[in-house]
Amino acid sequence: MIPELGNLALVLALCLAVLQATLPLAGSLNGNGRWLALARTAAVGQAVFVTLAFAILVHAFAVNDFSVAYVAANSNTALPLVYRITATWGGHEGSLLLWVQTLALWTVAVVAFSGQLPRATSARVLAVMGLVAIGFLAFTLFTSNPFDRSLPAPPDGRDLNPLLQDVGMIVHPPLLYMGYVGFSVAFAFAIAALIGGELDAAWARWARPWTLVAWTFLTLGIFLGSFWAYYELGWGGWWFWDAVENASFMPWLVGAALIHSLAVTEKRGAFRNWTVLLAILAFSLSLLGTFLVRSGVLTSVHAFASDPRRGLFILVFLAIVIGGSLALFAWRAPAVGLGGRFALFSRESLLLVNNVLLLVAAATVLLGTLYPLFLDAVGGGKISVGPPYFEAVFVPLMVPVLLLAAVGPFVAWKSGSARDVALRLRPAALFAAVSGAAAFLVAHLSPAVAVGLLLGAWTLGATLQLVVRHLRHAPRGTPLVARASRQGAAWWGMVVAHAGVGIFVVGVTLVKGTETADDVSLRVGGSARAGDYTFTFEALEKVRASNYVGARATFAVAHDGAPVATLHPEKRYYTVQQMPTTEAAIDRGFARDLYVALGEATRDGTWTVRIQHKPFMGWIWAGCLVIAAGGLLAAVDRRYRARRVGVSDAVRAAPEIAIQVPTTSRSA
Amino acid sequence: MKRYAIPFGIFAILLVFLGIGLRLKPQEVPSPFIGKPAPAFTLTRLEQADKTFSPQELRGKVWLLNVWASWCTSCRAEHPALVAFAKQVTVPIVGLNYMDAREDGSRWLDKLGNPYALSVFDSDGKVGTDYGVYGVPETFVIDRRGNIRLKLTGPVTPEIIKNTLLPLIRELDHA
Amino acid sequence: MRDRVATLLLWAALAPAAAQTADAALDRRVERVTAELRCLVCQNQTIADSHAELAVMLKRQVRDMLAHGASDRQAVDFMVQRYGDFVLYRPPVKAATWLLWFGPFALLLAGLALLFARLRARLREPDDDAFNEEFPA
Repeated sequence: MIPELGNLALVLALCLAVLQATLPLAGSLNGNGRWLALARTAAVGQAVFVTLAFAILVHAFAVNDFSVAYVAANSNTALPLVYRITATWGGHEGSLLLWVQTLALWTVAVVAFSGQLPRATSARVLAVMGLVAIGFLAFTLFTSNPFDRSLPAPPDGRDLNPLLQDVGMIVHPPLLYMGYVGFSVAFAFAIAALIGGELDAAWARWARPWTLVAWTFLTLGIFLGSFWAYYELGWGGWWFWDAVENASFMPWLVGAALIHSLAVTEKRGAFRNWTVLLAILAFSLSLLGTFLVRSGVLTSVHAFASDPRRGLFILVFLAIVIGGSLALFAWRAPAVGLGGRFALFSRESLLLVNNVLLLVAAATVLLGTLYPLFLDAVGGGKISVGPPYFEAVFVPLMVPVLLLAAVGPFVAWKSGSARDVALRLRPAALFAAVSGAAAFLVAHLSPAVAVGLLLGAWTLGATLQLVVRHLRHAPRGTPLVARASRQGAAWWGMVVAHAGVGIFVVGVTLVKGTETADDVSLRVGGSARAGDYTFTFEALEKVRASNYVGARATFAVAHDGAPVATLHPEKRYYTVQQMPTTEAAIDRGFARDLYVALGEATRDGTWTVRIQHKPFMGWIWAGCLVIAAGGLLAAVDRRYRARRVGVSDAVRAAPEIAIQVPTTSRSA
Repeated sequence: MKRYAIPFGIFAILLVFLGIGLRLKPQEVPSPFIGKPAPAFTLTRLEQADKTFSPQELRGKVWLLNVWASWCTSCRAEHPALVAFAKQVTVPIVGLNYMDAREDGSRWLDKLGNPYALSVFDSDGKVGTDYGVYGVPETFVIDRRGNIRLKLTGPVTPEIIKNTLLPLIRELDHA
Repeated sequence: MRDRVATLLLWAALAPAAAQTADAALDRRVERVTAELRCLVCQNQTIADSHAELAVMLKRQVRDMLAHGASDRQAVDFMVQRYGDFVLYRPPVKAATWLLWFGPFALLLAGLALLFARLRARLREPDDDAFNEEFPA
């Protein structure tokens, strides 16, 4: 009975979404106040019903209601409760509901925090979000309903994929979806602006914090996916340029470009069309990602459903949403004014170079991911495009990004002096050169590693220089805290995020350049070496849990004879799905990770074991977290939180007047 | 302002490709041997370890090579169709017993029926690799000149036999 | 598709054969070559990393070839001859993949050139004074 209520809740949500998407939009165009007001009510109502449906699905998992087909396919009585709940998003249908639920959360957030927006604008934003909700709710209800029953109910379920029975499953998808779906807010702002014709600095100021928060979530979601794969999959890899990984990386890259572009539009009112296009692109890539992983068009271990019929539905949805928004862009963009001028060498132009670089990077990832499909479609045969390609092409593209990221903050708005900047950055350049040279000449690392370290040191050095310079420019006697708070949170966010990039680059360079791995056959008592560490296989014991049996090994790790760590890798065999998994054991350190994973065993007790020494692996994770912290910091800047009610806002509140050239308005 | 329509144009092209993509099968690995000579080999026969077989011996005939194993459940599923097919046509079907144990293979055929004119024993899978085998079962159609004309991955079903194999064999027979 | 228990036994039987060599240099070569080859069964792992029996078998074949004096190139060609370009994670550079390999750099150059041209063109337009008052440098 209850699952049927869940279904009903979704139907009601869909109806409210239709209401949310149509009347307020019409109201914004003809000035009907009542229709405008409907936006918030319909949005909140839709969110309430979606949340109800989601809660009902979670409940069905919690109580083991196997009459619900989706629950039977993804759960089992032996599955611990916490994983029964996360199994809600373990399969295609449930993860779609999670997508819809996340959209509902963002919708409510927009309703709550858009008080200072003109009513027409917020109505349009909510209407666009309603349109997206219609698509996903319809997709869920008509092709992927999690509440479908399977009668008679099977006595037990097929269990959650063992790889997903992990903490990572609890956090990775929700955070990732918060990012993907969060870009719909910037998208909605962009569409609203195109419809209303009010593309100015205020728009950028409204859109930026939403974009920053979404991008931060996406950063964390991708980080968690990598972090989880690292210890769960058992071969020490953390990024494979798999289609699904790329599907999350592309919106991240475009989102990063968008954040920078919004800064230009916000500060200088320049290149507004471009920013709008980026906002449309970022969310479009989120949607494209949804299509790629659910349609069977690309092979991926991560892909949910490989159902071309569902794929067709999403494709049509893509055509409507992305095609529609790009058509709207083509039609309305030319009406928007041009904005201020700036010199060829200025902060604005460098930020635009950033945009070009990041977009080419995203396009490259898209090209590599879709190329096998392109070639097959034109009859050119089947090829594979994997890590060797992406590393060969993507990494060189990142070099100019890293070089310029350090330089940009030093360049003045409107017109900067290249010579001044070059002179000013001499300390950072020296630091970078020395680091690179030391790596090559003293540590005898490869030229590629030396270049990577040079770039990492350059980024960190220049960022540090920036901080020192700004902290020094204050009257004598000003306390440090006061000096620090003179720069807004947005500035500190930039500094922290750029530093995070530097840390990340150092980590990746050293791991890829100097890690050592060994695949050995060991018996209890045997040992092997990786790096300067000796790994001794000391013991093996059987383990048993509610839904798996396995073997747990004990490895003693020593460095120059001194004991360093004890590691317990496991090999588990999940009895319901009859699937083995590897639980790697990792000793994480500031300067290195020690990694042990069990492979296969023979009947006489010999195990293949993979041992790895990965220098500075932790810096990769630290870098990601620091970048995310920077994003969050930038989002909470005071200028996004203050209520600014000025003449310009009052004028814009009248929906019939579309301000096109901001010559008559001034911010308070 | 035509350049504002460029993003739309690019997206439209992408959409067409994605639409085509829905009808493709990305997991299937096409064989590079289509139209090329079947790789030579000499393997012992499954039932008589002292006798061998080479594809040379069937030059001038149209024949099928079916890769199977006793541990493969899909092979078990396709087997009745193969047995029926063998009764229907005069085209010899040679079995390639892939990465199996001799007794297991023989016993399997005894139990489920033998559609093969003969089976060869490829215990380490090297010949399979030479043919680009990556899963079991797989079926190759070889023409009179010893060239591979078709490779099927996955179980052979009565539909496949009727719509693909029989017409092709008829065509090759007349060549 | 495969009978799971039998698969596990097969893994077990093959595992020791895969890793007995004491020759570290050969091991590294095998890892390097097989790290760029795609496992055709699971399709989302390299032959170096995959535990599928086909991958283990192919890895052994590569090892045998390299141990008997074949070059890295020859071992890779062996695989491509039998499985086509699909088995390569590094797509070959041929007419069909020029767009793939050279497209990104071409796009970068085009993008930067376009940006440069646009910025220069805007500088020639008359200055918008009222706008500049709203956004002082």
